[in-house]
Amino acid sequence: MIQFFVKGVIRDRSRSLFSFIVVTLGVFLAVIFRGFMAGVFDDMMRQSAIMQTGHVKVATRAYAEEADLMPNDLAILEVDSLITALEQHYPALFWTPRITFAGLLDVPDAQGETRKQGAMMGVAIDFFSESTRQIELWDLNNKLTSGNLPRTPEEVLLGNEFARRLEVEIGDVVTFIGGTMYGGFASYNFTVAGTVSLGVGAFDRNILMVDLEGARQALDMENAASFVMGFYQDMFYDDPGSVILSARFNDAHSAEENDVFGPVMHALRDQQNLGAMVDLSGQVLWLIIGIFMFAVTVVLWNLGLMNGLRRYGEIGVRLAMGETKTHVFGTMLIESLIIGMAGTVVGTAMGLLLVLYLQEVGLDYSALMENYAIPVSTVMRGKITPDLYVIGVVPGIFATLIGTMLAGRGIYKRELSQLFKELET
Amino acid sequence: MAHHHIVEIRGLVKRFPMGGNHFTALKGIDLDIEIGEFTGLVGPSGSGKTTLLNIIGGLDAPSEGTLTVLDMALAEKNHKELAALRRHGIGFIFQTFNLLPVYSAYENVELPLLLLGLPADKRKAAVMHALERVGLTDKAQSRPAQLSGGESQRVAIARAIVKEPRLVLADEPTANLDAANSHNVMGILARLNRELSTSFIFATHDEKVMGYLTRVLHLVDGTIQREELVEHPQFLEKV
Repeated sequence: MIQFFVKGVIRDRSRSLFSFIVVTLGVFLAVIFRGFMAGVFDDMMRQSAIMQTGHVKVATRAYAEEADLMPNDLAILEVDSLITALEQHYPALFWTPRITFAGLLDVPDAQGETRKQGAMMGVAIDFFSESTRQIELWDLNNKLTSGNLPRTPEEVLLGNEFARRLEVEIGDVVTFIGGTMYGGFASYNFTVAGTVSLGVGAFDRNILMVDLEGARQALDMENAASFVMGFYQDMFYDDPGSVILSARFNDAHSAEENDVFGPVMHALRDQQNLGAMVDLSGQVLWLIIGIFMFAVTVVLWNLGLMNGLRRYGEIGVRLAMGETKTHVFGTMLIESLIIGMAGTVVGTAMGLLLVLYLQEVGLDYSALMENYAIPVSTVMRGKITPDLYVIGVVPGIFATLIGTMLAGRGIYKRELSQLFKELET
Repeated sequence: MAHHHIVEIRGLVKRFPMGGNHFTALKGIDLDIEIGEFTGLVGPSGSGKTTLLNIIGGLDAPSEGTLTVLDMALAEKNHKELAALRRHGIGFIFQTFNLLPVYSAYENVELPLLLLGLPADKRKAAVMHALERVGLTDKAQSRPAQLSGGESQRVAIARAIVKEPRLVLADEPTANLDAANSHNVMGILARLNRELSTSFIFATHDEKVMGYLTRVLHLVDGTIQREELVEHPQFLEKV
């Protein structure tokens, strides 16, 4: 019997094809939208974590208060012992110092006179220690656009756009001009080892990346760091875990509450209003499912009504042959289930393929962001998450069934004799 | 003698709501149909033929009166029981054939047997036998769109008789056919009536159909005004 109706679904394209297309499209859009949003959120979180916040960040209380100003006079001292303690107490994370600093970058000509000059933002990371994962996290091998990674503390990377603007070549010497940790004048020569394109417009236009040791020499920050960042070993941000961990750390250091140079830990969500974004990413999933489910249900409801009208003859004949209304209604639901399942599988597969493309390749829209200083990724990414495999079931199968049920209800409630009058007209 | 009656109707009234009032389509019908009868309900449009046929087929309920079809008192039955009665005992033939367009002739004829849950081998034998009776074995795999009007109605007849029902209700079965096809279809139905003892009730105002009937009930304004028993129907002798 089922086989008989499956044949009907396959042969009657006006019954099945449009419904199939609607379901496929609905599921496809739900999957790519969710995959895209997951990618965007994940990218934003990851970018923020790597570039600015870590999954958790330890700084002095005073530095944390004024973090936007990059006040290295409030930096953490005795960093090595702090990191040893953190590794001992919180082994689920790996810990790395970071120095951020600002100043001017001067490019001299052959006579030593200023040829070009620009405001810069310095980021000092651990390039050289054996256990460092910074090169992997920043994906520097792939983002290197010319030259090579620094091989000595005096070598630096410049943002692609920054190097172009300053007309700097690989091997050129550039001079950092700024202030030391102690408030003195700093002037330090670096050699440009390479250029990078980080995919974040604001960084690419003014970043200078250097090893911690080079920055410490330039800024007179022996065994100091602006802050220490902690990352989960698997690089997946655990929001509740980070909040608990921060609270534990801060409780353990509550005795130093009045010491402005005492350490304080903040989870990613507590920095730069990222908590709202973390919460939003969860809510957006259900919003997307809700919107697509509603839209697909309404379209399929209408399709079901149109099909029902078109199939009055068939329904009337089947009832005359002795099929019960319940059975007719049931077979209509089975038909829609078949269409819903087929559309869900195809729509999910199509959506996953596109999300996979966005995840692996991405869409570069940096040209559109040239004039913006917002530190966001200029490569649009998707992310394959486990829920993408099942998210389509809701709009694809449930909405199809609900649409058919709503449409079938009208026929189900109709008097048989009325159905036959309509059948004959 | 009640067991000889395939249909027994007493004091049947059917009213349809119309605005705030009612329109009475059938006004106190008393009727018995015996096993193997070839009966016609004849009358102008609006006389109540189709309404009576629908009520006999359990597709509509009477407003008053009693009705027994195939030994089942229909007034006391629910939708499921009425569906079972149609599934097992009644075949329908429609004016507009109403074949399912996406299925072949074979599959259209097979559907009533699928509803009865017969196994595939029995279905195949019964379907081919029914198609043979209407002379369409060579069109078994054709879709309705590939069949002529006459062929379509013959497939509809095969579908109605494939389960060998005790009663066939035919509503204007020749209305969409030319004269030659009308006679062809009526000839087939008459032969089935003779060979299977299936009772047939027609609703018609077609003179050609009337020429085959052994009993003609003239309906006017919802009442049986006249009954005619035809000993030698005009065309039946030639079948």
